[in-house]
Amino acid sequence: MRRSLFGRTWPNLIAVVLFVFFIFPVYWMFSTAFKQNKDIVSRDPVFLPLDGTFEHFDRAVNVPHFWTYVTNSLIVTVGAVLGSLVIATLAAFAIARMRFRGRKSFVLVVMAAQMAPWEVMVIAAYLIVRDNDMLNSLVPLTAFYLMMVLPFTIWTLRGFIAAVPKELEESAMVDGCTRTQAFVKVIFPLLAPGLMSTSLFGFITAWNEFPLVNMLNKKEMAQTLPLWLSSFQTAFGTDWGATMAASTLFAVPILILFIFLQRKAVSGMTDGAVKG
Amino acid sequence: MAAQSERVQTQSPEPTNSVVASTDGPTTPGAERTPRSGGRPSDGPSLASRFAPYLLLLPAIAATLVLLLWPLVETAVVSFQDLNRRQFINHLTEWTGFTNYTDQLGSSEFWAITLRTVVFTAVNVVLIMVFGTLVGLLLNILGKRMRLLLSLGLLLAWAMPVVAATTVYTWLFDQNFGVVNWFLDKLGWHSMAHFNWTSGQYSTFFVIILLIVWQSVPFVAFNMYAGLTTIPKELYEAARMDGAGSAKIWSSVIYPIMKPFLLATTFLEVIWVFKAFTQVYLINKGGPDGLTRTLPVHAFLEGIGSQHFGVGSAIAVLTILMLAALMAYYFRIILKQEDEL
Repeated sequence: MRRSLFGRTWPNLIAVVLFVFFIFPVYWMFSTAFKQNKDIVSRDPVFLPLDGTFEHFDRAVNVPHFWTYVTNSLIVTVGAVLGSLVIATLAAFAIARMRFRGRKSFVLVVMAAQMAPWEVMVIAAYLIVRDNDMLNSLVPLTAFYLMMVLPFTIWTLRGFIAAVPKELEESAMVDGCTRTQAFVKVIFPLLAPGLMSTSLFGFITAWNEFPLVNMLNKKEMAQTLPLWLSSFQTAFGTDWGATMAASTLFAVPILILFIFLQRKAVSGMTDGAVKG
Repeated sequence: MAAQSERVQTQSPEPTNSVVASTDGPTTPGAERTPRSGGRPSDGPSLASRFAPYLLLLPAIAATLVLLLWPLVETAVVSFQDLNRRQFINHLTEWTGFTNYTDQLGSSEFWAITLRTVVFTAVNVVLIMVFGTLVGLLLNILGKRMRLLLSLGLLLAWAMPVVAATTVYTWLFDQNFGVVNWFLDKLGWHSMAHFNWTSGQYSTFFVIILLIVWQSVPFVAFNMYAGLTTIPKELYEAARMDGAGSAKIWSSVIYPIMKPFLLATTFLEVIWVFKAFTQVYLINKGGPDGLTRTLPVHAFLEGIGSQHFGVGSAIAVLTILMLAALMAYYFRIILKQEDEL
């Protein structure tokens, strides 16, 4: 296709402008985190902090209970993801491979549950947890996070299980496997990519969750990293260096996971898509 | 809100998706009754296979009942109670019938907030869909290297954790040292040099909307691009041979193919934005003077902030009902497209 010079350059120009628009906030977070204080609170912003410093990270990490937040976040996230993987694998197998009465309604419930308005159910969750004397505990939090990621996990794994040819399973059963053995030996190994990507997306959801933990766990011993992050603005006043360092530390694992997942994310989006 | 997930139906551009569709077709009932060498002899294979699916679904159903249905029911139950600080501390249950609802439905504040939420959602969704579609189209015509570059930017914006992104935006729009004010000042708009973005309703909304659009466009753009790659090149060429311009190609080639995707995504975005909480709440806590409260934030501030749990729950129920109506409409679209469900 022959086009004028203008016709060939304008898409690239727009692309560059858009690239800057999308990347700038992320870049600004990183660069502020490394800037010296005098460069952060200066009349003219410093765009390239060449004389960078790690002092903000130092301050962000050395707040009391930092490692408690990290441990809590990991416990809650890993617990929710593993739990939902086990439950979802069973359910996904049933809806992908079996025909039974009520299957369609179950699928509809899964789809609706994916869009559950957790944001406004926080009040009820708080009352339930409080009435059962479980405030400031990681157990209800993990359970709710499990439920938040469960529908998506079921839905995505269903796709992966259905993609495994039935013949593979049947030939295993002809060779004398039980259905359970056929699942464990034939389907399960093929599910590895599905399990990977669903658990990573589940990890992201639980890692990011803010409204519920904000409500349920007021004591620092039971708080997670999103609260640590939002607590900075009051704890440090306008100490933007520490705030951005904390944001960086919080975001980096997710950004790495996402880039690592990119091809899965983009190609799998039409099936079970994920939004950050 | 974080990583929410939804199925978006397109013309199954993704290879595994079409495999799903083909293997998941009608199954013969006999396939379930394949002889099982290890089956327990006592209950017989047919009985076991009849109960097997329900057994497999049991944990998922139990989790849904306890962790999803219970909070939903609790929301509804509490919405009929007068549950304020006093009753809360003393564990009292005082029923008030529909008072919380009639109060809300009769208050001008509630309707103002509802209208605001609707407008807020509409503005966001229109921007997200238009902008996202255009970026998707752009990705499709870019060369390989530029596409990679733009994808990287989109990916990072998409992947930013919501809490972190919100914090970064507060910093970008900081009154004294924010880079946005500096930039506007340098552009010649000197009155913006020390502008306080959270002092007004519209400027606060501007920041919130920019944040939400910034984070949501990549999802639409990537999906759009994924869908566009499935349109065979011959279609464009044929259209161009027939003398079609860009607008004509959009309306007669791209739009008809992408329509189901666009429709489904629009509804998903409506639902997501309507219930967005973290961004709206963290930017300005619904301020100034409650002028940027949307329904979820309003439910939270009334229910938890002012400890009027009953009132907050009633607002929550009304919000859920509105969302349910939206979802019902969404499901109708999905179910029409989907026969392999």
